[in-house]
Amino acid sequence: MNSSPVLAVTLNTFREAVRDRILYNLVAFAVILIASAVLFGQISIGIEKIILINLGLSSISVFGLLIAIFLGINLVFKEIDKRSLYALLSKPVRRWQFLLGKFLGLNVTLLVNTIFMTAGFWAALYYLNRKFERQDQFIWVAIYFILLELSLVTAICLFFSCFSTPVLSAVFTFLLYIIGSFSADIRGFGELTHSAPLKALSTFVYYLVPNFSDFSVAAPVAHGKAVPGTLVLLNTIYTLCYASVLLVASMAVFSRKDLK
Amino acid sequence: MTAIQISGLTKDYQIGFWRKRPWRALDGLSLEVERGEVFGFLGHNGAGKTTTLKLLTGLIFPTAGTAKVLGKPVGQPETFRHLGYLPENPYFYDYLTAQELLDYFAHFFQMDAGLRVRRREEMLKLVGLDSFRDMPLRKFSKGMLQRIGIAQAVLHDPEIVLLDEPMSGLDPMGRREVRDLIVQMKAEGKTVFFSTHILSDVEALCDRVAILNRGKLVGVGRLSELLRQRSGVEAVVECASSCSAELQHLASKPVTVSGGQYRLEIQEENMPRFLAFCQTEGVRLVSLNPIRASLEDYFTELSQSASDGEHVSSGVSAL
Ligand SMILES: Nc1ncnc2c1ncn2[C@@H]1O[C@H](COP(=O)(O)OP(=O)(O)O)[C@@H](O)[C@H]1O
Ligand SMILES: [Mg+2]
Repeated sequence: MNSSPVLAVTLNTFREAVRDRILYNLVAFAVILIASAVLFGQISIGIEKIILINLGLSSISVFGLLIAIFLGINLVFKEIDKRSLYALLSKPVRRWQFLLGKFLGLNVTLLVNTIFMTAGFWAALYYLNRKFERQDQFIWVAIYFILLELSLVTAICLFFSCFSTPVLSAVFTFLLYIIGSFSADIRGFGELTHSAPLKALSTFVYYLVPNFSDFSVAAPVAHGKAVPGTLVLLNTIYTLCYASVLLVASMAVFSRKDLK
Repeated sequence: MTAIQISGLTKDYQIGFWRKRPWRALDGLSLEVERGEVFGFLGHNGAGKTTTLKLLTGLIFPTAGTAKVLGKPVGQPETFRHLGYLPENPYFYDYLTAQELLDYFAHFFQMDAGLRVRRREEMLKLVGLDSFRDMPLRKFSKGMLQRIGIAQAVLHDPEIVLLDEPMSGLDPMGRREVRDLIVQMKAEGKTVFFSTHILSDVEALCDRVAILNRGKLVGVGRLSELLRQRSGVEAVVECASSCSAELQHLASKPVTVSGGQYRLEIQEENMPRFLAFCQTEGVRLVSLNPIRASLEDYFTELSQSASDGEHVSSGVSAL
């Protein structure tokens, strides 16, 4: 019974996304992209499967990211801005429950969206190869990592949108995503440099920004390489911890916020 | 038992873009609303009514002071089981239909499916949106939004109902229906606390009213008490300017002058002296009218004396 306010908000958030046209546009785009990947794969004989997997996984990731950011920045802001929160928060629901529901709602949206795109992707793969191979199972791992990544991006968006405008939240989230995707390089730079302050800074940035580079396994998976189980475990724990910290921080900010 | 207890409630908003400075929207409001009362909260635009109601629902946090609803601090989920709130110019999820909105809100009240449907149907009928149940809220007019806003406020049959300008945006029929609804809630023993700037609504409905001006409470009490203070007559006279000092002395509030005529208010007990004065000094009486015992006058007078108090008195002293 206690979690039912969270569940109600989650379902309503999902319903809002489903009724939002933007989602269909993005899904349509994804379908077109996968279709063109198939076409492209047919032209370049020999490496078509590698290309298809790479392209398919990147498009699932990119479109997921677009949806996460587009919907994420408005998740809380729109309710404050349009004042729909007034009526909701005068019901027996705590602000943290609202926030958690919103977060989970967008995650459900992204999950459903990813399921659809993944189905299209497998279909394209089958169309090209007429069979599945053993190492194809690691595609599931790559998709799982994309979901983790999207969940983290959602948490970042939610955090920023608790105290800044949608545009700024989008910019911050996007910047953080880019920096996070190069986090391995940042660490590498820190190891190479001889300047102590730069070393300290790069170490600091490495630990502060979300480590998205560990989530991209499209290249090895496309080449049929295995993804180590420890990486799956580490990425899972990492996402859980990082997203929890962001969520708790968002809740702390939001619980004290004047809704004026 | 008191339904709403407000003590020393103060709210500063931070305004200004570059250099933030506090703006006092509500200044030390203390007020008690008894259970079963219909309480009117009056004030001009910007007086601080909405601010007070948002403080009572925990949407914003006070700079100082406290507010309690049913003896508990505001903003607790438990309190909201017994509290309904209609925000000012309400806005709801525009992708939902009226029916879906009520269903959604009902989920927060641990109602079982049967009760949920029953309450939803009752509410849709109550506010006259029965035939618009499947229309998305984005197509709703202002008055319809106000109606669905009222429906969601009383959906869970709360003991206390806070309504922020419940009649605004409604046509005459709608206003009448809201008035009837408030009367009905009173009959059921509910406490209704509503803000308005429309005095006729208050006159017809309220047990007690509070009057707010620029964030400060300027009057609170039973309607009859507030009105009694204003009995007397309004006189318009023509006389030599040498009489003005004595006229001011007899009047119960600052005298105004226009077109050589003096307009003044005189309390019942001063009437004999006033009439005697007019006879001996040859003051020509233009008109003499009993002051209409209406809240409107009380209200405008209070608000005016607070805002242009200095202006009026300086005008008289210049006579
Ligand atoms: N979010 C806000 N930021 C700054 N000032 C505000 C804000 N909301 C209200 N005010 C100011 O506080 C005062 C009271 O406003 P409000 O409570 O909305 O009055 P009312 O509901 O009686 O019309 C007004 O002077 C208004 O300008
Ligand atoms: Mg208002």
